[in-house]
Amino acid sequence: MKIIVCIKQVPGTTQVDIDEKTGVLKRDGVESKVNPYDLYALETALRLKELCPGATTVALTMGPPQAEQSLREALMMGIDEVVLVSDRRFGGADVLATSHTLSQAILSLGEAGLILCGQQTTDGDTAQVGPEIAEFLHIPHATNVTAIPEFTGASLTAQVDLPTTEETIRMPLPCLISVNKGIHTPRLPSFRLKKATRARKVTVLTLDDLPDKDPAHYGLNGSPTQVVRIFPPEHHVTRETWEGTGEELADRLCRHLRKEKFLN
Amino acid sequence: MAEMIVHPEKIPDTRKLEALCPFGAIQVAEGRVSISAACRMCKLCVKNGPPGAFELVSETRAGVDKSAWRGIAVYIDQTEGEIHPVSLELVGKARELAQKIGHPVYALLAGASLKGQAELLRHYGVDRVYLYEHPQLAHFRIEPYTAVFEDFIKRCRPSVVLVGGTAIGRSLAPRTAARFRTGLTADCTCLDIQRNTDLDQIRPAFGGNIMAHIRTPHHRPQFATVRYKIFSAPERLGAPRGEVLAIAPEEAMLASRIETLATHRKEPVKNIEDADVLVVAGLGMQRRENLEWLKRLAEHLGGMVAGTRPVIEAGWLEPRRQIGLSGRTVKPKLLITCGVSGSIQFVAGMGGSERIMAINIDPNAPIFKVAHTALVGDVCEIIPSLLKKIETGV
Repeated sequence: MKIIVCIKQVPGTTQVDIDEKTGVLKRDGVESKVNPYDLYALETALRLKELCPGATTVALTMGPPQAEQSLREALMMGIDEVVLVSDRRFGGADVLATSHTLSQAILSLGEAGLILCGQQTTDGDTAQVGPEIAEFLHIPHATNVTAIPEFTGASLTAQVDLPTTEETIRMPLPCLISVNKGIHTPRLPSFRLKKATRARKVTVLTLDDLPDKDPAHYGLNGSPTQVVRIFPPEHHVTRETWEGTGEELADRLCRHLRKEKFLN
Repeated sequence: MAEMIVHPEKIPDTRKLEALCPFGAIQVAEGRVSISAACRMCKLCVKNGPPGAFELVSETRAGVDKSAWRGIAVYIDQTEGEIHPVSLELVGKARELAQKIGHPVYALLAGASLKGQAELLRHYGVDRVYLYEHPQLAHFRIEPYTAVFEDFIKRCRPSVVLVGGTAIGRSLAPRTAARFRTGLTADCTCLDIQRNTDLDQIRPAFGGNIMAHIRTPHHRPQFATVRYKIFSAPERLGAPRGEVLAIAPEEAMLASRIETLATHRKEPVKNIEDADVLVVAGLGMQRRENLEWLKRLAEHLGGMVAGTRPVIEAGWLEPRRQIGLSGRTVKPKLLITCGVSGSIQFVAGMGGSERIMAINIDPNAPIFKVAHTALVGDVCEIIPSLLKKIETGV
């Protein structure tokens, strides 16, 4: 049985700017890293493997060739196998096309028992890909999972955090869960594993390796949503600036808060 | 199929070509230009590159018959009969969109014993409430709720489906959208509609300080999720309108592979969304201990302390106090930011506040672009001094 973790490489910083005249994104010197929420999913996979000997952990990512780096990090944490889904024909994929591509990759890997996702990504923040993958695979899913008290080769028990309640649910495998931050503290990449996995090859899947070979279902073609334009956010027009020493500013702020009845 | 094509004969100079692409998809090797899988087909190279050098070739798709999809539908998020306020905000927005194109407003209400709630929706201008009642729908379960949602869409064939970005909505909307193989745009901050019923969806994107305008031009229905407090709550109408259509869910729709073993009610907590005044900590507060000042200030102002993502990640405050795209959206009467730089993810969660006062030592901090009052100074001097004035009455 495979425990498959879907991860994503995201920009190392959120401070990305746009040139208002040309509309060009300025991403100078922006490093990439594994989406921080996915580290919790990777850690969960490693813990669950301990409960279920014989399971294989797999990290799966879709992205450009550079995304291999995020898979290398997964290997350094102790993940058994890594798979990169990469093809020019996947370019411009929205949530639906991304979920379809990942679900096809999961089908081609076979033997999927549990699929783990991070709660969301730091660059898109949509938290949608997990539930869409589950729908494409016709398997049950749960989001906001805070603990997995029981895991057998046939089912799992999960603690789910909802706004007013906390539920304990049991799902048969195969199923998909999105884990909350804080489920387990992610371990750091190990130097020993870094050396040991340096020569390890990353499996690369292209469209030709997937069961559904219709290019109309992938990339921009397979994406119902289209970006019409991108632009810098609008800002308030009326604003005032206060300058002075800390003492002066505190005084002015205090008088203002009293005048506006926020303070007595 | 869509593909980005390079015409090398139209490239006079391959230097600086790679810099055209914000995603690093343009590669130049030994004078040969190629495009990698990093391409997001954003067309910036077409727009800003040498004329004719890059071309996006795409077949025009056979569009869906848009006239066969009518109405703006809202999923009513309820827990034990309590309707989440975001759902009413969306009913208000749906009314506004529907009026522009002369469509009806539909609502999907699923659960157990919700007749009173269905009546209530008529007071907010829903033309038809589809009410699915069954004891087995009492609690949210993903498979039956998706089946009910599917049935609802097949019955009313709405052009647009709006879902609140709650814990339930963020699980249910993508699952249902994928079932219809259609588009879903998450966490929209602005919605409008074209005469041809294409929904204009605006949301922060690409993890940067950028907004994206998104459309779903060839698919129906068009799914969008919106966070709580992005839109305003609608006025209650004097007299109810519309009708309630009760539908008995079929047995097959109630099937689920997920078994609920136990349900524990959580202690009710006051959420930052409900506070009139918020004092927000950024990393500029420098030390965890310094947040004690903000707690005291919030107490004097009758408000609550909240934080930015880095502050939550540093463990200085609990996650439910996080403002921003990956946290909560707030709209208080007064919001004071303390040492917050103001990333777009943060601003997306507080930009609607009635009065924003920002304290930051850097006069160029992005937060000052959204603040009504910019206090340029050291927050670690200003706040202690302010507390002294408040507490000693000087």
